[in-house]
Amino acid sequence: MAYAEQAEAELLHEPNSFLTKYIWSQDHKVIAIQYSLTAIFVGLIALVLSGLMRMQLGFPGSLAFMDASTYYQAMTMHGMIMVIYLLTALFLGGFGNYLIPLMVGARDMVFPYVNMLSYWFYLLSVIVLLASFFVPGGPTGAGWTLYPPQSITPGSPGTEWGIVLMLVSLAIFIVAATMGGLNYVTTVLQARTHGMTLMRMPLSVWGIFMASILALLAFPALFVSAVMMLFDKLLGTSFFMPAIISLGQQLDHQGGSPILFQHLFWFFGHPEVYIVALPAFGLVSDLISTHARKNIFGYRMMVWAIVAIGVLSFVVWAHHMYVSGMNPYFGFFFATTTLIIAVPTALKVYNWVLTLWRGDIHLTVPMLFALAFIVTFLVGGLTGLFLGNVIVDIPLSDTYFVVAHFHMVMGVAPILVVFGAIYHWYPKITGRMMNDRLGKLHFWITFLGTYAIYFPMHYLGFLGMPRRYYAYENYDFIPQSAQDLNAFITVAALTVGVSQLLFLFNLFWSAVNGKPAGGNPWGGVSLEWQTPNTPPHHGNWGAKLPVVHRWAYDYSVPGIEQDFVPQTVSDEELEQLRQRASASKVGGPS
Amino acid sequence: MAAHPEAPEGSSSTYPTNPANPSEPPTAGWPGIARDWSSDKDAFKQVPWGKAMMWIFLLSDTFVFTCFLTGYMSVRMTTTAAWPNSSEVFALTIAGQEIPLILIAIMTFVLISSSGTMAMAVNFAYRRDRRKTAVLMLATAAFGLAFVGMQAFEWSKLIAEGVRPWGNPMGAAQFGASFFMITGFHGLHVSIGVLYLSIVALKVLRGDYERSGNYQNVEIAGLYWHFVDLVWVFIFAFFYLW
Repeated sequence: MAYAEQAEAELLHEPNSFLTKYIWSQDHKVIAIQYSLTAIFVGLIALVLSGLMRMQLGFPGSLAFMDASTYYQAMTMHGMIMVIYLLTALFLGGFGNYLIPLMVGARDMVFPYVNMLSYWFYLLSVIVLLASFFVPGGPTGAGWTLYPPQSITPGSPGTEWGIVLMLVSLAIFIVAATMGGLNYVTTVLQARTHGMTLMRMPLSVWGIFMASILALLAFPALFVSAVMMLFDKLLGTSFFMPAIISLGQQLDHQGGSPILFQHLFWFFGHPEVYIVALPAFGLVSDLISTHARKNIFGYRMMVWAIVAIGVLSFVVWAHHMYVSGMNPYFGFFFATTTLIIAVPTALKVYNWVLTLWRGDIHLTVPMLFALAFIVTFLVGGLTGLFLGNVIVDIPLSDTYFVVAHFHMVMGVAPILVVFGAIYHWYPKITGRMMNDRLGKLHFWITFLGTYAIYFPMHYLGFLGMPRRYYAYENYDFIPQSAQDLNAFITVAALTVGVSQLLFLFNLFWSAVNGKPAGGNPWGGVSLEWQTPNTPPHHGNWGAKLPVVHRWAYDYSVPGIEQDFVPQTVSDEELEQLRQRASASKVGGPS
Repeated sequence: MAAHPEAPEGSSSTYPTNPANPSEPPTAGWPGIARDWSSDKDAFKQVPWGKAMMWIFLLSDTFVFTCFLTGYMSVRMTTTAAWPNSSEVFALTIAGQEIPLILIAIMTFVLISSSGTMAMAVNFAYRRDRRKTAVLMLATAAFGLAFVGMQAFEWSKLIAEGVRPWGNPMGAAQFGASFFMITGFHGLHVSIGVLYLSIVALKVLRGDYERSGNYQNVEIAGLYWHFVDLVWVFIFAFFYLW
């Protein structure tokens, strides 16, 4: 009706000035690039922080300014930035923004203005976060989980201002993520093009869609715990603070519940793992199918696995708290639900492998990253089985085994997908290919390097080396050889860190100097490869919206000349393609 | 509501996942629900974008209030000090009689009445009765303002009696902390709602929705208002009555 038509007309009104086109833009593609570049920028800061930490661990005392406080601050900021401000923002704000409207055949997000606000709130949260490096006392050093009472009692670094800025920044980030998430979910539910049914959506959209729902329902718990902790810190309330004596002084708090914070935090924190993992699952499914020229194996199963993982992720949170002193029956319940999640995740891994089976595998750079993701996720998932069981977790808890596990499963694995997805969709975003040789070099150093970093950490964990320690020299139970291993890990980590410059160089250099890509360099079938222009113009589709006739995985269809059938091809058109192919075969010179 | 007016009319798509089977898809019972849900363009038929988005936002906000209330119940259990008796704390002395929870009862009555006027406003909006819609919305906003005013009175009375977020003379410190946090956050929602309703009411008066032929924004504002009302019922039950 009139309402919708008016909205349509407004959307097609293309902005002309530089400011409205690139800065205060409401176009989902520009917002996606703004989100991605900001996320990559803070991610680089977190990468440098991890390098500083590794220098201290591998070569103790080599950095003059590195004392215990600085180490904890670097560790806290590294973790928080990587999980929230890099991965969450990049998958939802970056890939979600860019791909959802293009893949479902919409002109933009349903509320472009709210979408723009989402980015500016995200940028504000990043600025507040980075401001904490410059306040008295520095950023918080409470560990990325921010457990009270230590995060707000004197003694931990950054309890003056750092923790306040961290909590305020998180609250602003949650507002941004909510505004974005509302847009992504509503767009997927209500703004698909003609013929784009839910069960024809590419798995990328399914993964980002489900992750956005998780974000909308899990971030409230973090928001509430941030508000409560701010009150504890600034107003002297006692939500999380029991009666304690700190530095010889009886504090004014009493009667609060530190474990309440842990429950609220992990009620957010565990779904957060899947907010990062589900988009990665979705994107990698499309990468594998496209570059193996084969339809995804068990599409319906893959969709239901994403939904099941999303639902289950809300009832497993206390497996992060086995050593917190809960009732043992809780451990029984949460171990059971945790191991049930292994069923849909294993199903996804099987389906990726079965998609590869007898496929026409092209070892392009995106495909290399996708294959690396499968093995890395498998390794991280298998160690998850150890940690999900209470009796195995207790001796391994707070050792480097845990560090290795979560870095493999939600650090390295999603980052590999980020790289693969950037190499894959870069031609659509810029119209040019990224350099293949540099990409392969970047891949091999990153892939082998991360295994050199994290495999030895499993072993260090078995040795009992505790995580989050600043120095390991004076502990009898840690053998001397552990130090050699730590030095080895540091060398590998610095190599991987520096090699990311290859990627950055490639990212910016190829935007100008890359080989022109054309509209569909990989032979993709989903809608984003069928846009009339590359990069797509404002409004994405020109005068007419595409009409979808088939699912997003018609690769290697027999009887026609090209090995893929785009989603926009109708059955009649496919029949014509078949006839043309058979005619040329009969009439051809063969 | 046509999200994409330029999509071709009448080119019906068959049930998505089985293109080989063009037989008529089922329309009744669970298969019909599944088919409607997963069909193309929109999962919720005839639901405009703004309304869908408001529902999803309210679902998210439900989790915020649930966490606040769960946190309050949790600290109420962990604190070692005695919890103040809420019917004594929230009593007013009127004409020499101490009446428990009288102010809260009036506040609840006002807020629930405001949901009534809001529902009537939505009704008149769909009848295209601009004046009555706007008047009823402004009445709703006035009820909301009265609620916030009474809350301000309640806050200042408690503050005068010595209740602070970090402690109070009646018992557990968490009482004041939870009270100010939860009613404050709810009061913020009501205040935002008053502004929101006023803006939409002015747009109704100005005839904005007459021109676009669409009064859905009144209903969407109503959704938010009813939600704020519903949350109050839970706060009333769990904080004041318990």
